[in-house]
Amino acid sequence: MTEPWRSLALVAVMAAVTALTRFLPFIAFPEGRKRPKVITYLGKVLPCAVIGMLVVYCFKDVSFLKYPHGIPELLAAALVAGLHILRRNTLLSVFGGVAFYMLLVQFIFK
Amino acid sequence: MTKLTFKRAFRDSLPIMAGYLALGIGFGVLLQRAGYSFLWAILMSCTMFAGSGQYAGVDFLSSGASILTAAFMTLIINARHFFYGFSLLDKYKGTGLVKPYLIFGLTDETYSVVCSAELDDTINRKQYYFFLTALDHLYWITGCVLGAVIGELLPFSMEGVGYSMTALFVVILVEQWLSSKNHLPAILGIVTTAVCLLIFGSDYFIIPAMALISLELVLFRKKLDKTDQSEVSGND
Repeated sequence: MTEPWRSLALVAVMAAVTALTRFLPFIAFPEGRKRPKVITYLGKVLPCAVIGMLVVYCFKDVSFLKYPHGIPELLAAALVAGLHILRRNTLLSVFGGVAFYMLLVQFIFK
Repeated sequence: MTKLTFKRAFRDSLPIMAGYLALGIGFGVLLQRAGYSFLWAILMSCTMFAGSGQYAGVDFLSSGASILTAAFMTLIINARHFFYGFSLLDKYKGTGLVKPYLIFGLTDETYSVVCSAELDDTINRKQYYFFLTALDHLYWITGCVLGAVIGELLPFSMEGVGYSMTALFVVILVEQWLSSKNHLPAILGIVTTAVCLLIFGSDYFIIPAMALISLELVLFRKKLDKTDQSEVSGND
């Protein structure tokens, strides 16, 4: 364990940098000022691209070369997508997928 | 209206609750093993409110990393948040005093729910965003502290509960896919990120992926701006 004052400084810096990544767009384009059209355009199309990015982000630590080759993750994702297309009920899809995934990693692909 | 708004925010936050409790507990356990008490879990979850950032933070703390290393790595890990503000410049406009808090609490999960929630006139938007952010923050703090206090004593295995985050993003992806005519942005997001992950590895792929995605979206602007004006982000 690092000394407390040093740990405090580390936490402060990490908190400040994290906040900075979230505040930057709002600082760069404050309310009431005109912004370039391309920024408004990006704001409109980014959500779909970003959700795609986040889905891949969730798979970043899955190793497909080693057992179980990402099979539980992919199977559960397929179940979530399938359930959601059929029923369009977010809670059902999410919790159904999690229960299935827990079953897979705790009992089947041990 | 406030009651209805809170109910809606609470309902939309339920998938996040499961994930944040599980991931928070995981973080708390790591932190405690590194020799830090639950007070540090409170401090970090209150001030940082970032999953992967805090997990990496435990490493920096226990290894006594330099301030510069911690700052640089946190920047790389959390750079993806930089994208989120761009689509919320209008949604968060006029939220007044709570705006700094809304921006501070802009996690992956809160962002994706804010972007995809279709709110009608019975819902007060400003309150909805605030409740959602604050509830998510509360789940996260609770999880982190629980992990640091009783994490290792849990009577059942939590393995796999964190998958609710993946499941939530898959659901939102499907939802957006079904409701938009042009799927190019989603496809670009998935393919570009996957290619960058293969090339740059899991520690450094996000920033190149973000740069490439923005570039591609700008290049396809003519096509996307024309065909996809109504729905993409559920804009009002």
